Amino acid sequence: MTRALPERDRAAEARAAEMETQIAGIQREIDALRRRGEKDRQDVAEQIRALEARGGELREAMLAIRTAWQAVAMARHPQRPKAQEFVRALLDEFTELHGDRLFRDDPAMLTGLGWFEGQPVVAVAPCKGKDTRENIACNFGMPYPEGYRKALRAMRLAEKFGYPVLSIVDTPAAFPGDAAEERGQAEAIARNIAEMTRLRVPVLVVITGEGGSGGALAIAVGDEVLMMEHAVYTVIPPEGCAAILWHDAGRAREAASALRLTAQEIAALGVVDEILPEPHGGAHLDPQAAIAAVREALRPRMQALPRLPVDELVRRRYAKYRSMGYYKE
Amino acid sequence: MLNWLRRPKHGRISRRDMPAGLWVKCSRCGAAVYHKDLERNLKVCPKCGWHHRLGAEERLLITLDEHSFEEMDAEMASGDPLRFDGYREKLSEARANTGNADAAIVGVGSIEGRRAAVGALDFAFMGGSMGSVVGEKIARVAERALADRLPLVIFSASGGARMQEGALSLMQLVKTSAAVGRLHEAHLPYLSVMCDPTTGGVTASFAFLGDVIIAEPGALIGFAGRRVIEQTIRRKLPDSFQTAEFCLEHGLIDMVVPRPELRGVLARLLRFFGAPQVAAAPAAPAREAPQAPEAPGDPEVGCP
Repeated sequence: MTRALPERDRAAEARAAEMETQIAGIQREIDALRRRGEKDRQDVAEQIRALEARGGELREAMLAIRTAWQAVAMARHPQRPKAQEFVRALLDEFTELHGDRLFRDDPAMLTGLGWFEGQPVVAVAPCKGKDTRENIACNFGMPYPEGYRKALRAMRLAEKFGYPVLSIVDTPAAFPGDAAEERGQAEAIARNIAEMTRLRVPVLVVITGEGGSGGALAIAVGDEVLMMEHAVYTVIPPEGCAAILWHDAGRAREAASALRLTAQEIAALGVVDEILPEPHGGAHLDPQAAIAAVREALRPRMQALPRLPVDELVRRRYAKYRSMGYYKE
Repeated sequence: MLNWLRRPKHGRISRRDMPAGLWVKCSRCGAAVYHKDLERNLKVCPKCGWHHRLGAEERLLITLDEHSFEEMDAEMASGDPLRFDGYREKLSEARANTGNADAAIVGVGSIEGRRAAVGALDFAFMGGSMGSVVGEKIARVAERALADRLPLVIFSASGGARMQEGALSLMQLVKTSAAVGRLHEAHLPYLSVMCDPTTGGVTASFAFLGDVIIAEPGALIGFAGRRVIEQTIRRKLPDSFQTAEFCLEHGLIDMVVPRPELRGVLARLLRFFGAPQVAAAPAAPAREAPQAPEAPGDPEVGCP
């Protein structure tokens, strides 16, 4: 059974909030100095440098505290390497497959075939964009039921040939829309979860950004689930949690802390198996290093898991999820 | 063990301003209804047909044969794994209001003489939300069905995963889906009944995995919340959106069954799928419900 988490470090949370206010203040000062410098043709470079240095120190200090809200911002960072980039970088000869054979091809879900260091694998990954145009094309990484059914089709293909499934997870949520409901969003997610618990091939999952509730879980049930240092995994977006609890979506920061959604907390709850380190300051600062770290973590697992007898693999997967929970009898 | 005489302490029917509790006001149509009529009608408003919510105990009381229920894990209770502000208080309040330890009652009972593993969620307990206890109980009752080769019947009424248990609640979707998934391999039937409301994580796990999915008339059934959807698509949704009837029309469920007929329909399905028969003659449920039509004969005894 799962162990409870220690109390939140509220003093550190308060310090981080204070630092954030200071950083915002410094940024305002810098902007004001710039405007004045342009207007009065004064040399403000020296003052700006000093302020920027102070801001940098504060950011470093905040990074050390690791607040939940900071993790949310990092996981949602527009320049963070996207799931499709991980897939295309990790796999050789990647061949994309399209469509769920039932309704349409969902651009929010990427599926395909490729080689991971000589091992054939089938990959699934939601697609987020780096700008508005890209995001509109892939529905901001929020799949419709057909996206999940497309992923299931790919996983069944992997099962047919005995190839491992690699799932890279970064999605804010399953798309909340009327058409998605009509086509059975809940059923699609439920089906994927149930099928993934008994898929007769190894399933490796890496949560690289947002692990957004059921929409993420529908492709995140695995033998080994890894999570990047600044990724988040949550049962409800912090904004939604704040809206329900306090009728104020503006208190999302507070909700993020309460939900215990950081990689460190999620690992402590036993929900993920390992945390993958990111380049200093976040994966967006050095995507190649972030991808390399994922590759390193996958290599031994891609070798070991296929050697396990299939019945043992499935039995272990069931037992792993069966033991997650915290209750008194 | 469930106390058959214990009166549930909750329900949506207001008795305020009604003399001596003889008359109650239907929260749907506003009609004043004689209390005993409403009870006799299984809390379906005789005026407008609205199916008022039932607590988990009431649900089992009107569905199962009298004295047939053997409850499992009645004392299992939630902890506070995240140390989430206010969670302990909310739990105590819900326990005091419902008299139950958490939002699910599970066990083994019979319906018109057919034995089944049975579970019911209680919306009155923190919105029927699924945290570790609900997930564990649903998994255990599914495993009991597997061990005793019984069919599984689950009545859902839930707002979804319990946020106060964070990602652990989310993992209950996996635990419950995996457990009911095992019945599939064992060729045991699983009947899922969706009551008002069944939404969020419960729909995205065991509730939508039934071999046969039944809903009560008018029940709200859906994954995402109406407000979230309206904000996303920037459009108002019709009242019929995410109702049981909407789900039936879109092919998401098998049937919509009025409450007075539900026991009979379940019994007929249990017979069809070969649920084992109890030895003694079945007793009628504690409260009267119409009997199912005569069966054309039993296929066989014992699940295949």
